[in-house]
Amino acid sequence: METAEIIQGAGGAIGASWLMIALPLLGAAILLLGGRRTNGWGHLLGVAMSLGAFVVAVLSFVQMLGLDDSRRRQAVELFDFIPGMVKMGLLIDPLSISFALLITGVGSLIHIYSIGYMSHDPDRRRFFAYLNLFVAAMLLLVLADNYVGLYIGWEGVGLASYLLIGFWQHKPSAATAAKKAFIVNRVGDFGLAIGIFTIWTTFGSVAYGPVFEVAGEADQGVLTAIGLLLLLGACGKSAQLPLQSWLLDAMEGPTPVSALIHAATMVTAGVYLVVRSGAIFEAASTAQFVVTIVGVATLLAGAIIGCAKDDIKKALAGSTMSQIGYMMLAAGLGPVGYAFAIAHLITHGFFKANMFLGAGSVMHAMNDEVDMRKYGGLFSVMKVTAITFGIGYLAIIGFPLLSGYFTKDGIIESAMHVNPVLGWLAVAGAGITGFYMSRVMFMTFFGKRRWAPDAHPHESPAVMTIPLVILSIGSVFLGAYLILGNRLMLFLAPAVGRPADLPGFHPFSAPGLTTLALVAVGAAIAWAKYGRAEVPQVAPRGSFLTTFARRDLYGDALNESLFMRPGQWLTRIAVFFDNRAVDGLVNGLAAGIGGTSGRMRRLQNGFVRSYALSILFGAAMVVGALLYVGTL
Amino acid sequence: MNDIAAPTIEYGQLAPMLLVFGAAVLGVLVEAFAPRYLRRSIHIPLTLAALVGSFALVLVQVFVSGVPTSPAAMGAVAVDGPTLFLWGVIAALAFVSVLLINDEDNFVAQAAAVPGSADEEDAEIAGFSQTEVYPLVLFAVGGMLLFTASNDLLIMFVALEVMSLPLYLLCGLARRRRLLSQEAAVKYFLLGAFSSAFFLFGMAMVYGFAGSVGLSDINAALPNVGGQEPLLVLGTALLGVGLLFKIGAAPFQAWKPDVYQGAPTPITALMASGTLVAAFGALLRVFWVALGNFDWDWRPVMWGVAILTMVAGAILAITQTDIKRMLAYSSIAHAGFLLTGVIATGAAEQNRDALSGILFYLLVYGITTVGAFAIVTMVRDAGGEAGHLSRWAGLGKRSPMLAGVFAFFLLAFAGIPLTSGFFGKYAVFSAAVAGGVLPLVLVGVVSSAIAAFFYVRVIVLMFFSDPAADGPTVVGPSVGTASVVAVAAAATVVLGVFPEPMLDLADKAASALFVR
Repeated sequence: METAEIIQGAGGAIGASWLMIALPLLGAAILLLGGRRTNGWGHLLGVAMSLGAFVVAVLSFVQMLGLDDSRRRQAVELFDFIPGMVKMGLLIDPLSISFALLITGVGSLIHIYSIGYMSHDPDRRRFFAYLNLFVAAMLLLVLADNYVGLYIGWEGVGLASYLLIGFWQHKPSAATAAKKAFIVNRVGDFGLAIGIFTIWTTFGSVAYGPVFEVAGEADQGVLTAIGLLLLLGACGKSAQLPLQSWLLDAMEGPTPVSALIHAATMVTAGVYLVVRSGAIFEAASTAQFVVTIVGVATLLAGAIIGCAKDDIKKALAGSTMSQIGYMMLAAGLGPVGYAFAIAHLITHGFFKANMFLGAGSVMHAMNDEVDMRKYGGLFSVMKVTAITFGIGYLAIIGFPLLSGYFTKDGIIESAMHVNPVLGWLAVAGAGITGFYMSRVMFMTFFGKRRWAPDAHPHESPAVMTIPLVILSIGSVFLGAYLILGNRLMLFLAPAVGRPADLPGFHPFSAPGLTTLALVAVGAAIAWAKYGRAEVPQVAPRGSFLTTFARRDLYGDALNESLFMRPGQWLTRIAVFFDNRAVDGLVNGLAAGIGGTSGRMRRLQNGFVRSYALSILFGAAMVVGALLYVGTL
Repeated sequence: MNDIAAPTIEYGQLAPMLLVFGAAVLGVLVEAFAPRYLRRSIHIPLTLAALVGSFALVLVQVFVSGVPTSPAAMGAVAVDGPTLFLWGVIAALAFVSVLLINDEDNFVAQAAAVPGSADEEDAEIAGFSQTEVYPLVLFAVGGMLLFTASNDLLIMFVALEVMSLPLYLLCGLARRRRLLSQEAAVKYFLLGAFSSAFFLFGMAMVYGFAGSVGLSDINAALPNVGGQEPLLVLGTALLGVGLLFKIGAAPFQAWKPDVYQGAPTPITALMASGTLVAAFGALLRVFWVALGNFDWDWRPVMWGVAILTMVAGAILAITQTDIKRMLAYSSIAHAGFLLTGVIATGAAEQNRDALSGILFYLLVYGITTVGAFAIVTMVRDAGGEAGHLSRWAGLGKRSPMLAGVFAFFLLAFAGIPLTSGFFGKYAVFSAAVAGGVLPLVLVGVVSSAIAAFFYVRVIVLMFFSDPAADGPTVVGPSVGTASVVAVAAAATVVLGVFPEPMLDLADKAASALFVR
């Protein structure tokens, strides 16, 4: 992998890029510490901080565009974090700036949207504080120039995600979902932490520059281990198999959170990690192959789950899993796939955020109803939402010339190139996507009205619809812009390298045409079942397959029987052992120390004469000891 | 006829100290001449301005005029890197302590009135307040500044007394629990006088050995021990006793819990931070500057003292039921950790790291301590501060913010990463390991573990116990108290996340030594 040198001592906007992290962090601090006093204007401050970060990101981006390819990797030194081990700094390169633009851009839109969405919530200020905290942590994750910085951001977004999923903590389901997300992520984070430890012991550094320079020279076994550990971390954060189970439950959080964190940005952190660590994965082909397997398995699993969900947000969450599976697959293909992974990540950030916010708009109108069986025929009452949602829908299924068409097709073509089996599985996934997304579209906006009697749907306020419009514009044009002429691939090349020969765009290849055909078939089936036919208000029992998908492919059952129950047994045994043996020892020790303490306390009797006596004895001891030492 | 040469005094170098003393003298004049109702409003700006000015003058010396390169005042005062660092620390700590002291509710209306008497009641009703507090504090702070800078045992003794005498008085001025407060003052006075006698006696011995009280002269005299060894050994031991008493090392620690508990809490904060800093400064001067080459003799004994101090502090704290006493024992344990660093300075190669570690530790411990005591002043019930730990149960449910900050301070004391306490311990212990005192560091780490137990116990008590029905109320803090807590919390975070600039500064200070 040929990448450009990292240049020290950046100036201008890039030199000030730490502001991107500092501004939202400051916002979070002010809102959390300021308490109720900031209630009145807290949301405005939150938006301002996010927009400020966006401005810095744009300025840095413009400055970068003015530089030669060879000078586009700029290091910003900040401070010595752990002397002798970690120098905290930022790495502003095409990869990180792409993420920074996505995070701050989509993040700001979602901040604005939330002003409207959360307007009736008494805790709106706290919500914005957490959103700001998330933006700061996510930016640290992608901008840091070393794995420790990335890890701090990684944990930071995990914390923000936990706080926001459980934002309505009075609902037991939200509290449980937050805990579940936290615990499942713990598994992945633990893997990442051990991976970073291994990197440190193997390479003697945790900074990207020095590590990647010598990545190829390490022992193959160690490299594979590092790769798999990093992948485990990526699986946790990006809800990839086998750590996917938390994402569907995470939809308990407010919808803007689902859009920002659990669709557009945080869940793509795993993809970032794999692409950023490309040098390691390319040197460890086994680990790289496992990445593609995980990607393909997840893209199919997510798509199947998406087919059977009646909860609009859960259906979208299944689709998020599936789309990230595509990105993971591309990230595992090496330099030929990186640009497509990132391109799909960016376009997905737009069209998925677009659809989530659209779903939020629908829920806002329908008294927070999420069951699509109670929607239907909403097109006529909320046109802006329906049209923007429809654009997102067309983009995700890969309707020709829309964003998803270019980026997903790129991934399928490169997968074909590397391994046809993976490629055809990805094609199958695209077909299923055509079905389940059409199902969501038709059940929500078309067909008969199946509303609850007290529902009076109406279009959402402008503060909510304007972000929808902006996002849908991105959903239309971004894909073509990034892919045609290999624009993104050439832009990213200094950071992640580029394949020997650039891929062309082949609209009429066999896989491309098959994909389109399958998508059309999927959409047609969906129309027949959910558009034209009557949709029952209560879900029918369905076949074995439907149940399988409805139960998230028995992911939870698997976790429960494989990990939770044995875990509980293990805990019980451990508790038993702890009570009998360890506690005996510890309590004995504690009692011993406590007893000593109690006895020594008696010396502290409050009489100044006793104290003076103890000083005298002490002095005598010191004198005696010094004299004794002197004679040795 | 003998000419008596007038001594040369480098006023520029001594300015930070002279400013404080000058303000103290002015404060006395204010007491004498200003009408009662005006005094407080004169004292507070005067005191704060003196401390800010002193701090600014330190900065001027560090960044503008440069650290001096030779002792001042005919070799009696050494204004070198460590001195300037500690001066800055003391001035800053004194400043925040004065913000606490400013909260008038902590001090007695008329100290001379017998507790519970009609006189006392009259004084309260008349709204008197004992404004002598401010000049007394300034004198004590001036003494602290001189104590760390003394390059001469005699000056050091004078400084010791200038620092201690006002503190003895201040300890007796608590508004509530008058008897406890007066008892603390008398105890502190008696024991302090007792230990001063040791110091003075040790000084006489050392003079007998070296023929001088100048620290550099003593250092120079060390190689020619010939036959005078017992004098030197006895002198070293007795000087040590005097100084170890001030830092509260075992077995000279007995005064600390009683005095800390009885004294008005703002004064406790000043003693636990400023006095500790000053005493360690003086300890380093004597044992490193003067007696550094004698370390083969004093190090083993200091080992024993350090171990005893760490263990005793940590173990005794466990069974404490009063928050201030617990913090006092914690301060004893921390003195032990710092002693580990002092011992490590003896090893010639590593001394600079150990010295800078101690300087940094003193700063972070001092500021966290003031913050912790500031919070203690805010938790009150009908009888004043709610000192008993059982009264703190469930505080986290009633005042989550306050309890959270206090928990954060406790974690900093315990040395949890991302708090300043972690880097303080790390700096001292890593320097100590490099200095070859690994066993001592192991004892330190085990004591830290024991200490963590009682810190966490308070956190558990605050957050996981049900609040008592008639529990204490958290008073809305005055602006001064609130800013003290905020500053201390901010410093604890910042120095825990970005310790580097301050560590660098401590390192530079440690290398800008001109003696030895």
